[in-house]
Amino acid sequence: MKKIYDLIIIGAGPAGITAAVYAARKKMDILVITKDIGGQASWSGDIQNYTGYQFITGPELVIKFEEHMRKFDFEIKENEEVKELIFRKGTFLLKTDKNNYQTKTAIVASGKRSRELGVTGEKKFRNKGLTYCATCDGPLFAGRDVAVIGGGNSALDAALQLIKIANHIYIINFTDNLTGDGIMQEKIRADNKVSIFNNSRVKEVVGDIFVKALKIEKDKKEKVLNVQGIFVEIGLIPNSDFAVDLEKNERKEIVVNQRNETNIPGVFAAGDVTNVPEKQIIIAAGEGAKAVLSAFRYLSTRK
Amino acid sequence: MNKKIKVYGVPGCPFCKKTKEFLKSKGLNFEDIDVAADHDLAKEMIKKSGQMSVPVIEIDGKIVVGFDKEKMENLLGS
Repeated sequence: MKKIYDLIIIGAGPAGITAAVYAARKKMDILVITKDIGGQASWSGDIQNYTGYQFITGPELVIKFEEHMRKFDFEIKENEEVKELIFRKGTFLLKTDKNNYQTKTAIVASGKRSRELGVTGEKKFRNKGLTYCATCDGPLFAGRDVAVIGGGNSALDAALQLIKIANHIYIINFTDNLTGDGIMQEKIRADNKVSIFNNSRVKEVVGDIFVKALKIEKDKKEKVLNVQGIFVEIGLIPNSDFAVDLEKNERKEIVVNQRNETNIPGVFAAGDVTNVPEKQIIIAAGEGAKAVLSAFRYLSTRK
Repeated sequence: MNKKIKVYGVPGCPFCKKTKEFLKSKGLNFEDIDVAADHDLAKEMIKKSGQMSVPVIEIDGKIVVGFDKEKMENLLGS
């Protein structure tokens, strides 16, 4: 007979880790399955709004979270990805890329990931000129020509970082106008190192070993930009694909109520993967706590 | 046994920081290389890893790209 956990937590970002700490303190029999520790919080720069820390970086806060979680004695499966969540005979079956697990309740706290372009060459040239992290890889493109894809805050932020480093920056924006903050737009427009292409879509990433060019379409005409770096900043999407039976909104976020309940009794969700209005570390953490308390209550009514 | 460890990274890159914290937590010494400050070292890193991405970790001549805990642990033999 295979072991049946009280609770399996999917994801170990701020929501999942907080959920795990609460569950461990409630002496629930739990398992955490996650691709990585920290999730998006690992990518955060300076954090000045997490109570108790006047200043901390994302990676440092994640280390604190992880230390707290590992204080307790339960299993954490890292580098493992949940592929299916199936309801069957009063329990849930979780299929991952490595194993199967059974549980009475589940909390989905799998967060979000960078949205991909979905064009030819994107996968081939990932980390070979194409990147989703300007803060990380930007400095490697000193003196080069680069393209930033997107027109929102993260794209403009990337462009502003690159102004200090790169030779020329092309902004490829899908809509009529940039949508990022006005103050950033002003700075970008004032700089002659930047060319903005509105109403433009990316067609293909071209190169040999590394990126050499970007094919775009503007006004139904194809244009080739010779760039060595491509920074994709077109937002985030929820890691909710595996949860096929859960109700989602138009942004693919899992719909939860105030108690973090989903449409399936026994399955809860928390943090950025849900329709919670604000995506913040402290909010995700609080949602993780709420989700466990709901799961605990659910279990106690079923005994 | 002391292994020779190099971390190629840039300031402000979260996963570079995470990598260094991870190595420190194991009590390991490493050479901290800032490729933003030195283009020749950046080229050296790109050549070694075949990638334009940080962090790159070199453990006794073997290359790890990105904060890959499992791979680093295997190479560190701990």
